[in-house]
Amino acid sequence: MTKTVLIADDEPNILISLEYLMKREGYRVLLAHDGQEACDLIASEHPDMVLLDVMMPKKTGFEVCHAIRADETFKAMPILLLTAKGRDTDVAKGLAMGANDYMIKPFSTKELAQKVRELLESAE
Amino acid sequence: MVAPALVVGVTLAYLLILFAVAYFGDKRAEAGRSVIASPWVYALSMAVYCTAWTYFGSVGRAANAGVWFLPIYLGPMLAMILAWLVVRKMIRIAKTYRITSIADFVASRYGKSPLLAGLVTLITVVGIVPYMALQLKAIASGYAVLTLPLGQSMATPADWWADGVLYMALALAGFTIVFGTRHLDSSERHEGMVAAIAFESVVKLLAFLLVGAFVTYGMFGGMGDIFSQALAQDNLKHLLAFDQGQPFAYSQWFTLTLLAMLSVVFLPRQFQVMVVENVDERHLRRAVWVFPLYLLLINIFVLPIALGGLLYFGVDTVDPETFVLSLPLAQGYNWLALVAFVGGVSAATGMVVVEAIAVSTMVCNDLVMPLLLRTRRFGERSGGDLTGLLLGIRRTAIVLILLLGYVYFHLAGNTYALVSIGLISFAAVAQFAPAVLGGMYWKGGTRNGALAGLLAGFVLWTYTLMLPSLAKSGWVSANFLEYGPLGIAWLKPEAFLGLEGMDNLSHALFWSLFANISAYVWVSLWQRPAAREASQALLFVDVFQRTSVAHPVFWQGQAKVTDLLHLTGRFLGEAKTERLFADYAQQVGVYDIGQIPADAKLVHFVETQLTGAIGSASARVMVASVVEEEALELDDVMRILEEASELRVALEKLKSLDHLKDDFMSSVTHELRTPLTSIRALTEMMQDDPEMELEQRQQFLGIVVAETERLSRLVNQVLDMAKIEAGHAEWHNSDVDMREIVQQAVNSVAGTCRERGIALQTELPPQLAPLRADADRLVQVVLNLLSNAIKFVPEGSGKIDVRVRDSAAGVTVEVQDNGIGIAPDKHAQVFEKFRQVENAAGSQQGTGLGLPISRQIVEHFGGRMWLASQAGRGACFSFFLPR
Repeated sequence: MTKTVLIADDEPNILISLEYLMKREGYRVLLAHDGQEACDLIASEHPDMVLLDVMMPKKTGFEVCHAIRADETFKAMPILLLTAKGRDTDVAKGLAMGANDYMIKPFSTKELAQKVRELLESAE
Repeated sequence: MVAPALVVGVTLAYLLILFAVAYFGDKRAEAGRSVIASPWVYALSMAVYCTAWTYFGSVGRAANAGVWFLPIYLGPMLAMILAWLVVRKMIRIAKTYRITSIADFVASRYGKSPLLAGLVTLITVVGIVPYMALQLKAIASGYAVLTLPLGQSMATPADWWADGVLYMALALAGFTIVFGTRHLDSSERHEGMVAAIAFESVVKLLAFLLVGAFVTYGMFGGMGDIFSQALAQDNLKHLLAFDQGQPFAYSQWFTLTLLAMLSVVFLPRQFQVMVVENVDERHLRRAVWVFPLYLLLINIFVLPIALGGLLYFGVDTVDPETFVLSLPLAQGYNWLALVAFVGGVSAATGMVVVEAIAVSTMVCNDLVMPLLLRTRRFGERSGGDLTGLLLGIRRTAIVLILLLGYVYFHLAGNTYALVSIGLISFAAVAQFAPAVLGGMYWKGGTRNGALAGLLAGFVLWTYTLMLPSLAKSGWVSANFLEYGPLGIAWLKPEAFLGLEGMDNLSHALFWSLFANISAYVWVSLWQRPAAREASQALLFVDVFQRTSVAHPVFWQGQAKVTDLLHLTGRFLGEAKTERLFADYAQQVGVYDIGQIPADAKLVHFVETQLTGAIGSASARVMVASVVEEEALELDDVMRILEEASELRVALEKLKSLDHLKDDFMSSVTHELRTPLTSIRALTEMMQDDPEMELEQRQQFLGIVVAETERLSRLVNQVLDMAKIEAGHAEWHNSDVDMREIVQQAVNSVAGTCRERGIALQTELPPQLAPLRADADRLVQVVLNLLSNAIKFVPEGSGKIDVRVRDSAAGVTVEVQDNGIGIAPDKHAQVFEKFRQVENAAGSQQGTGLGLPISRQIVEHFGGRMWLASQAGRGACFSFFLPR
């Protein structure tokens, strides 16, 4: 069955590139331009995993993470954080908020694809 | 019964082990690999609080009064948990000013007063001697229990030289001397001793737990069994109740807890291990829970042992204070009794060693030195090396203190229970609390106030507690207890001013602390402090502010480096002094001792070093004798303080700038990573996928080009911003016509507006007097506002109005759009660096620096920029430039 991946980022060009990458990997892709949209899409579409930018308008990636984990339905959904800060405190905060892993921007597309694969497999 | 030779042999062997630990600790410290640099060792060394009194006395007290042994341990637990911030401040003060005893702490705070130092020392000696006696008594009676048949007590030999306790006291003195006074140090730290104390704490705890477990689980069927058996006996069950059959004595419980809280900080040995020997303030965090836990552990079996003893022997047959030994003996477990005895000796030795070292430092620095320095030979400028003399004084003091303890033991020891002796000492050191705590938190406390308070407290302590205890020992007639001196009833020591209905300890503590605090506060309020008191008050109370940045030096006058060098050498030894001065030279940035500037800072440095060796009061006198001082007035203190705080403000400003710079760098990095992410992802995918459709490839390449442009724009703007902020930007000023500027900017965006169907209108005055400014920069500002507006107006129906208004004061430019607008609470944010309000999709990506730079430019020409907008109603950015 085709897996669905939600990508949330406020940078349109990053969305374009990630959308292409994930489709090429054979996933169904949902796009969100801010934290609120991400939350809404998760609630309505139940994606299999989420790629989350940290610095987003309306709701930050951390807040989205927190909201996801607070909901019993999405306890096991893999979350991969995409952060442009890369400071240890940010990474630690993200993991504390319930993210499964993180990648620091700019990342290698191969590594990202690999991580997404692993997280989806481990969630089964 | 155990053979005396065995007991003596085992005890000596144990002391040798302790010594080996101390030796090892010292050697490691010399090699730079300190064993006491561990929070565990620090926390365990605090357990020197548990003396032979804990070991034997607690059980005795529990056997007489049940749970009433507890407050003595609850106090320290509470003190550590509630007041560790106080202790931390004490440590910081003591370290910063090289304070090595509680007497010096008080003296130093109140203007380095020799009189105060002497008084505190005197109170300590008088208060502590009974406590020393108690340790001797504990060892002596423990020895008797071990070596004599059960129930029989040792006859005191008629001749003092035949008394084994005397030799034990001397042996302990020797032990202390070797431990504590092998060399003279300006920080007065004894690493080996601390290691030995920590070791000793473990031994006494294990020994006590072993006996406790033996009694509880070996002789009885566990705690529950002991308690239920005790409850079944009429003469024992009251021990398990708080009220003991009478109304619960809150005041007494409170008094005991308070007393123990104060003594865990103010007892000389506690001050020594907790403050003086502390190597790292952070260790306190561990001690805050480890030490209370230790106290809890050592108290777990107190009540079971006491009740077990009473159940086993019956009430009033065997002295409960010896249960720890007599219970194993009665069961035939002689080895266990011996282990318990070693634990008791361990507790006593630890206490005696640390207390004697602490008190001898005080006696030497605060009692003997000030007197010696007044005499002809020592006060002179050209005296010889005094380090040997200092050590000699301390060693003599140690022997004398222990001998005094022996004398007290010999005369009074047999008539008084261990616990009561200890509480008298506790009440004596509690008198330091107002002066010390007041001194740490209240700048208004003065020397005379502290003197008055200590004297009043000490006199009342003597009268209401010490004298009655002596009377009860039969030394003085007890008549005055019954009827008051000369028959005056309201002067009765145990019902002073007619205050009755309290136990004598609560009564004494109430009156002595009441008089102490009142005298301290009233006298302090009554007089203005002298300059030196005021300066010391500042240094103590604000120690954290002072030590975090440069601290002020309250001294003025002339000095010579050679004089100061020579003076330091006399007290610390030549070699050590050379080293200290060489380090100092490096610190102030000169190559040679001879080049050190003889300024206030050097004088302060020398005085601090000497303080460690001879106490602050004596150090003050000695330094004053070799330099020419100008008297310090209160105004000088304020002036010096102001200079120092100006320096501090400057430093803090630098720090916050540094912080801002860090934030800026982190934001720039973030902004650079974002376009790089798209560029990397897209190019990688194109590289991996040579079959990619041409159209797709073209779209991606377009994005790459746009993101690259964004990157270079960002780099340019960051450089621009940095230049403007640092004041390095170049400004090409000329007479500019604002109409031309606006027209130029409007022309360059006109094409884009047409493409997107945006109506762009300009409203310019017919003529305008020129302004003096940089034309290119102003075009940049207007262009910025315009491209912002273009981003936010709706495509197809967008509308942008640019208006220029003239007035006598200057020119105002407005850029009004019909976009989504900005809520008023976000207005301040838009001018912050890297704050972007949401972008309309597909537009040129902003850098988050445009508005901040524009504002900087406008402000450079003395103008200002602002925003008027509400969410949903469009935005109007305006700026004003003065003529």
